[in-house]
Amino acid sequence: MQKSLHIDPGKCTGCLQCEMACSYENYGVFNLSKSRIKVFNFEAEGRKVPYTCTQCAEAWCMSACPVDAIRIDAATGAKVVHIDVCVGCKVCTIACPFGTVNYVADSGKVQKCDLCGGDPACAAACPTAAITYIDADWTGLDKMRQWAGKTNTQPRASA
Amino acid sequence: MGWTRKILRVDLSKGSCKSEPLNMEWAQQYLGQRGLATKYFVEEVDPKVDPLSAANKMIMATGPLTGTMASTGGRYSVITKGPLTGAIACSNSGGHFGAELKMAGWDMVIFEGKSDKPVYLWIQDDVAELRDASHLWGKTTWETEEMIKSGHHDPQIRVASIGRAGENGVFYACIVNDLHRAAGRSGVGAVMGSKNLKAVAIRGTVGVSGIRDFKAFMTATNAAKKVLADNAVTGQGLPKFGTQVLMNVINEMGALPTRNAKEVQFEGARKISGEAMHEKRLSDGKANLVTNAACFGCTIACGRISQVDKDHWSVKNNPKYWGATGGLEYEAAWSLGAADGVDDLDALTVANMICNEDGFDPITFGATVGAVMELYTMGVLSKEQIGIESPFGSAQALIEITRMTAEGRGFGKEVGLGSARLTAKYGHPELSMSVKGQEFPAYDPRGIQGMGLTYATSNRGACHLRSYTVASEVLGIPVKTDPLVTEGKPGLVMAFQDATAAFDSSGTCVFTTFAWSLGDLAPQIDAACEGGEGGWTVERLAQLGERIWNMERLFNNAAGFTAKDDDLPLRMKTEPAKTGPAKGLVSGIDKMVPEYYQLRGWDKAGVPEKDTLARLGL
Repeated sequence: MQKSLHIDPGKCTGCLQCEMACSYENYGVFNLSKSRIKVFNFEAEGRKVPYTCTQCAEAWCMSACPVDAIRIDAATGAKVVHIDVCVGCKVCTIACPFGTVNYVADSGKVQKCDLCGGDPACAAACPTAAITYIDADWTGLDKMRQWAGKTNTQPRASA
Repeated sequence: MGWTRKILRVDLSKGSCKSEPLNMEWAQQYLGQRGLATKYFVEEVDPKVDPLSAANKMIMATGPLTGTMASTGGRYSVITKGPLTGAIACSNSGGHFGAELKMAGWDMVIFEGKSDKPVYLWIQDDVAELRDASHLWGKTTWETEEMIKSGHHDPQIRVASIGRAGENGVFYACIVNDLHRAAGRSGVGAVMGSKNLKAVAIRGTVGVSGIRDFKAFMTATNAAKKVLADNAVTGQGLPKFGTQVLMNVINEMGALPTRNAKEVQFEGARKISGEAMHEKRLSDGKANLVTNAACFGCTIACGRISQVDKDHWSVKNNPKYWGATGGLEYEAAWSLGAADGVDDLDALTVANMICNEDGFDPITFGATVGAVMELYTMGVLSKEQIGIESPFGSAQALIEITRMTAEGRGFGKEVGLGSARLTAKYGHPELSMSVKGQEFPAYDPRGIQGMGLTYATSNRGACHLRSYTVASEVLGIPVKTDPLVTEGKPGLVMAFQDATAAFDSSGTCVFTTFAWSLGDLAPQIDAACEGGEGGWTVERLAQLGERIWNMERLFNNAAGFTAKDDDLPLRMKTEPAKTGPAKGLVSGIDKMVPEYYQLRGWDKAGVPEKDTLARLGL
């Protein structure tokens, strides 16, 4: 079964535990500037939206990379940056339509979400289940159920 | 090690910024934030200093858990001598500013002297410099934050600033960070304004890496987070209703000071409650509450994000108040609402927005308006003097007085004095519901006796956040005590004061204490910080809290406070509660204070005995 990160912004409180968990998992430090998931605050609307790589099936970052530094992790389906191969040309950051591959000046390489090898630290740290790691085929199920519940049908009469 | 071991000293007179190593010996005795910054403060500042003079200092301090994954680990405190009280001031704020300071690599910033022109402090990791702020002077906190971010072309900068209230010397001006979080009480914003320091702007990308034992730390913080999630108050009540969960509860207890504490129950409480914030308005079909929100690292998320009806009379044609922003917490809903007899939820929300926008404490402000309304009712103040008819219950008067105070216009200048100075000026000092010059918050000492002692003995003037015995007397945390009796309260208040001082020194939020005891805090601190032999234990933290309390007391005594200042307004002692469970009761403060002194190891004049000081290493 392939799993994917599922984000429900309606549940996000903006606490940034996910960003700290991400930086700790990957760099051993609590540092928001090193996080691969970002929470955006739309202040006047009262909305907070966590955002990170969705691991496109046909990943443009991967296609664009001239040195084949972005490869698929067979176990998780994550598109993973191989740091030893990356030359820091940033073409992937241009190719990605969502901006979720980012250049890191310190290392001269790019970074993106790699699903932590199948146990994403951001999902584990999220206190409100705004970020979950679920069966990729059913990412829309909750939303479907919610809308299904709004359809205006009367219970069938039993007799 | 929790600490970055680095402090920034900013001399505003000279315009210099210097890095210093943190005094680690003091860190072992005072931990961080409130305790450690107060230690620096009392070592460096004369207790008799004029709070608004260049000789006063102001410290912004984080705790060892600030900027970590500990739940609520985003707090910072501002320590100075407060202009409202003349006592030690220590105001605590959440949001994201404190964590950003820590992530830039600093435990605290000490401001001294006075700049000859408006400046702001810019911190980018280890680089710190003072920059010209003449273009920001006269701007609100909202405008200041926006202008600094756009000026630096970086929306990720975190800003703490003063609004016009801080510039104008409103005695209870606060420092606002992240638009609607505030180091709110005792006038720390006026001190900042007196130094011509408009803002502190930070971009921190160093991060927090010096945790003593990362693995143990993650285990400890995860266990503590589970305690918060499983607790009914921190897991359900606070996320859903915020602190406003209390409005109806405290009103029913007959402990909601109403119309300048003439009464203890407010007939409009339901309309301004946390429950009402969830209900759809008749006017536009939308609820006042948009969502809850968390400060940095907080897994409780009690913050209120509200939006008022665009057609409400107070914001008509004024689009800057139409968006979602920080909404009413319980204390503000009480001070702007019950204390003034106003039950218009949207009007209270707007008054609160203006307090955030121009940076002044809604508790002291609302309580001062309550005193003004009583003086108006008595005929001491007239419509001509105030500028508007100001009977209790007038939302129009509340909004207009809020605007005047924000802008420093007309009668707003007098409201900016706070209730103690204002009522004294008009010959009725007994009408100020304050202790040591600071107004008490939303719990009536006649209906919750322990809170009377809390107010009377608080080192920063009347305050609920120094020993929140409401937890015990109302909610039964950690054990239920009878709110109507004085027996046992001195010991209860003392235990809460000491534990709270430890929490306030850690970088976590005092709201965790609805679920956490020091037993939940100690393992997190111990995993984060080197503690020498024995590490950081519950006993050590409790004694550290007691040490901090006594240190603050010594400063206040040296500043000129005496036992007679550990008292409540006459109304609390002579006018019995008129309704509710406390009907007929006055505060038993005179019985509690002597016992409290004895338990504290202080003499009859409220001065710590030699043995007490020796025991605490003071």
